[in-house]
Amino acid sequence: MGNKQTIFTTQQLDAYQDCTYFTRKEILRLFYRYRDLAPQLVPLDYTSHPDVKLPYELIGSMPELKDNPFRQRIAEVFSEDGEGNMTLDDFLDMFSVLSEMAPRDLKAYYAFKIYDFNNDDFICKSDLEKTLNKLTRNELTEDEVRMVCEKVIDEADLDNDGRLSLEDFQHMIVRAPDFLSTFHIRI
Amino acid sequence: MPRDSLIPFDNISNEDELTSPHRGRERSQRGEKRDGVYEKKKKKKVTSRRRERSGVDEGGVQLEHERRDKEKRKRKRNTVQARGEGEENHKEREDERKSRKTAKLGKSLRNENSQKIQKEGEEEGEENQEEETEKKPKRKKKHGHSKKEEAEDEGKYELKEETQEVEKKNTKTVAETGLEQESSEDTEEVHEEDKVDQEDHENQVRPCSLSPEELEKLKEAVEERKKLIQSLRGKPWSMKKKLLTLRESQEFVEKYEGALGKAKGRKLYAYKVIMTKKWMKFQRDFENFKTACIPWEMKIKEIESHFGSSVASYFIFLRWMYGINMILFGLTFGLVMVPEALMGKPYGSIPRKTVPRSEEASAMNFAVLWDCGGYAQYSVLFYGYYNDQRAIGWLKFRMPLSYFLVGVGTVAYSYMVVIRTMARNANESGVGDDNSFNFSWKMFTSWDYLIGNPETADNKFASITTSFKEAILEEQENRKDDNIHLTRFLRVLANFLVLCCLAGSGYLIYFVVRRSQKFALDGLENHTWWERNEVNMVMSLLGMFCPMLFDVISTLENYHPRVALQWQLGRIFALFLGNLYTFIIALMDEINVKREEEKIIKFNITMWESNLYNGTGSENGTTVSPIIIQPADVPRGPCWETMVGQEFVRLIISDTMTTYITLLIGDFIRAVLVRFLNYCWCWDLEAGFPSYSEFDVSGNVLGLIFNQGMIWMGAFYAPCLPALNVLRLHVSMYLQCWAVMCCNVPQERVFKASRSNNFYMAMLLVILFLSTLPAIYTIVTIPPSFDCGPFSGKKRMFDVIQETLESDFPSWFSKVFIYASNPGLVLPFILLMVLAIYYLQSTSKSYKEANVELKKKLQTQNEENKKKNKQAALKAQLDLEEAQKVASQAPKPRYKSEKFCYNSLSVTEKCQQTKT
Repeated sequence: MGNKQTIFTTQQLDAYQDCTYFTRKEILRLFYRYRDLAPQLVPLDYTSHPDVKLPYELIGSMPELKDNPFRQRIAEVFSEDGEGNMTLDDFLDMFSVLSEMAPRDLKAYYAFKIYDFNNDDFICKSDLEKTLNKLTRNELTEDEVRMVCEKVIDEADLDNDGRLSLEDFQHMIVRAPDFLSTFHIRI
Repeated sequence: MPRDSLIPFDNISNEDELTSPHRGRERSQRGEKRDGVYEKKKKKKVTSRRRERSGVDEGGVQLEHERRDKEKRKRKRNTVQARGEGEENHKEREDERKSRKTAKLGKSLRNENSQKIQKEGEEEGEENQEEETEKKPKRKKKHGHSKKEEAEDEGKYELKEETQEVEKKNTKTVAETGLEQESSEDTEEVHEEDKVDQEDHENQVRPCSLSPEELEKLKEAVEERKKLIQSLRGKPWSMKKKLLTLRESQEFVEKYEGALGKAKGRKLYAYKVIMTKKWMKFQRDFENFKTACIPWEMKIKEIESHFGSSVASYFIFLRWMYGINMILFGLTFGLVMVPEALMGKPYGSIPRKTVPRSEEASAMNFAVLWDCGGYAQYSVLFYGYYNDQRAIGWLKFRMPLSYFLVGVGTVAYSYMVVIRTMARNANESGVGDDNSFNFSWKMFTSWDYLIGNPETADNKFASITTSFKEAILEEQENRKDDNIHLTRFLRVLANFLVLCCLAGSGYLIYFVVRRSQKFALDGLENHTWWERNEVNMVMSLLGMFCPMLFDVISTLENYHPRVALQWQLGRIFALFLGNLYTFIIALMDEINVKREEEKIIKFNITMWESNLYNGTGSENGTTVSPIIIQPADVPRGPCWETMVGQEFVRLIISDTMTTYITLLIGDFIRAVLVRFLNYCWCWDLEAGFPSYSEFDVSGNVLGLIFNQGMIWMGAFYAPCLPALNVLRLHVSMYLQCWAVMCCNVPQERVFKASRSNNFYMAMLLVILFLSTLPAIYTIVTIPPSFDCGPFSGKKRMFDVIQETLESDFPSWFSKVFIYASNPGLVLPFILLMVLAIYYLQSTSKSYKEANVELKKKLQTQNEENKKKNKQAALKAQLDLEEAQKVASQAPKPRYKSEKFCYNSLSVTEKCQQTKT
């Protein structure tokens, strides 16, 4: 108990519990995971809100993210500076959204952001191509990629503007049977 | 004061603001970020406050010279004002006036603070004094300006007054609430000195308390904030924003929550608030505790990251099973086994609780015990041990009734849990059946974010690529089979072969069971180990090798892998089911044999008893002393119930053993050989033929399901079965976790876990139903043995209910029950139920149709919208071009187009904006 008290105050822990889907124990565990990435950078005392950021290289090397083709996007979306460098808050936020408890809408919102590579609030063809190439490790031919992207837009684009908006995406993803079971990271 | 102690946070926060206006202002800065409505309110508050202050300020100056009670009242107002200013002046912070105000504020504060210091000594003295010294010079300087300012403020106030009456009310509310809080604080301060005074003062404050509407408004605001706090974690904001909002709304709630309880129900309200807070805390702690209690979380997580979600789904299923079995075990253990062991007659007291003389010598041998004979047979583990005494022990525990109800209860509970889980799963997977988003789903949901292992990731990449290629192929042309006749022929052949296999295995089991009965009649000692354990071994071996055979056969069929898997599962299911039912039919035969035997023995026993009686009678002549016969010597019937229980326990044990041994040989030894022989082998063992084994999710799940089916079937006759199963599941959790991590490789064909989940559940339900059938059949139709078990001496087992009704309940109750159970009432009831089922089914059908209809409508509407939007976009473009020609009217057409878009779909708005 003793060292728990020194990392966070009770208020901080309560606040984190209000803001994430984690229990106290999980928050502490996440903190240790975060700290283990760079013990020399992260202090053991967070009561005074130290301004610590871990670079993307460290975040991306976590075993949970290491093999994910979208790891860079995930880190970028959840980091405050948009470049993948994360504070503890961002870190908690990320795993909260990716936890099992997070509702579908929240997950869909962030999934959209992750797949929106150029941050223009639309998933356009280039985003789809990037996604597909990451998923298949460039093993599809150009024609195939083009066809799949066209099919996707044809299926999901409701307003016919040639790209997917957040509404289109949510409309499509809400029905997906596997979305909830695959879009989460257990930590 | 109890009231004060109920709202501690109010006092604390007020004290804070009192003693340090700086802090208050800081807070108000933060407050700027709150929503606009609240900000507005505050502005108005400032204006009204100014007027108030004009009167009060003078009082503040003269404070020291006035009478005490008056002084107190004014001080209160001052503090309110101080608080108000500290909070609300953020807007004009740069203004000079502002600094003056704060100076005044400090001054009025000082009055109070100095008093406080005098009265209470230290506490916050240091802080206050510091502030005081800061403020002192300022205060003196600015004092001259105060009057001017007052006039200014008055004017302003009057201007605004008429237009903003409503808002003003709001501000008043706040002011007064603050006042009340102060009052409570103050009263605490001085209540030793003069209580009369204090009451006087309270009377003065009360009249100007809140009107109901304002109260409602405030209440609403507070509720809103609370809701916000609750839903905060679901907001797609960055953590910083979330934390900030959280802190602000918490402050808001804390500040005004106490104030809300102004009306009559104040105490109640405060109490409620406290209780909800406590309750929330408790809930959170409980939640923490609950998640801490879920076992094997980390293990499963590790497996998940290595093998993806489908393998992990097996372990989650295993854990779920474990939970259910724990409850079943708790029921049987707590309500049947423990009471009998503690309160029932001890071992050796009556014949059914004693090992018979002939078996006594070997009763403790391990082989016998392992075979569930000897002491194991005559213990609480089996049906036969239980006595038919109606009530046992000082608790008057109704043992037979409890036995019966627990038997029924376990089944009922299992049904409930399985069906509920199925319903929940169905809800979750929901509408995922239409194929309209095939490619999109493949694109956006096929990556399993759980994967954290390079090898699995490779497999996943490969499988995603192939699935895309397949889908593309399917899209390009619906694949034509070039030789339809050959495949058809092969499929028919395969099914024929499978049927042959099934029939063969069924016959084999029947044959073996019959043979074992013959052996049993001969006496087990004359036979080898194999002959004794033939039934179980044959069943386990069949369960092991037939699936492999099916796998080979299914290559003939050339199905799509997913379809092939379903066929495979269906066949294994049929095999297991067939085996189980042949086993049961053979058991039924045996039960009949035993009952014949029982009749003979019953007759013999009466003979024996009369002989005994006659013999002793003749010996002793006139004095008939009680005959003492060792319970071990009494002849007894064959007790078919215990026999059934024993068979099931043996089956479970041998099944468990085979599972573990297959695991060790099939996975571990294979992995070891492949790993180490690879150094000196002519081809690559790891990549080539034997390779490492994959984890067979479906086979394992099926095994688990059938195991559970046997538990449900046998639990009535062997109360120890759930305990045994808990043990088995516990061990297999660790063993399989270890095996999967140490000697399996990730699957090459990864199937989706979520969709098969309910498939497994459905199988479980079918098994549950099929396994309760024979159990219920035996309970209802076969009379229990005459000399063993809790129902001995009754005609049927369920007679125990009637007996209880007759003797434990008042007579009218049993009368009612008899009336209720007569066919005249039961038949209409059943009819009614059938009608209800029919009605529900038809409504659900119509709902489904409506759903399909709606889906269609949605689709057509989407298409229409698409057309409309196209037109709108064209129109907008035209308009825009026109507009660009006429430069002065440029915004107009755009507005038009936007409006139009707004009508059709908000989405198009964006597209137009980008177009422009």
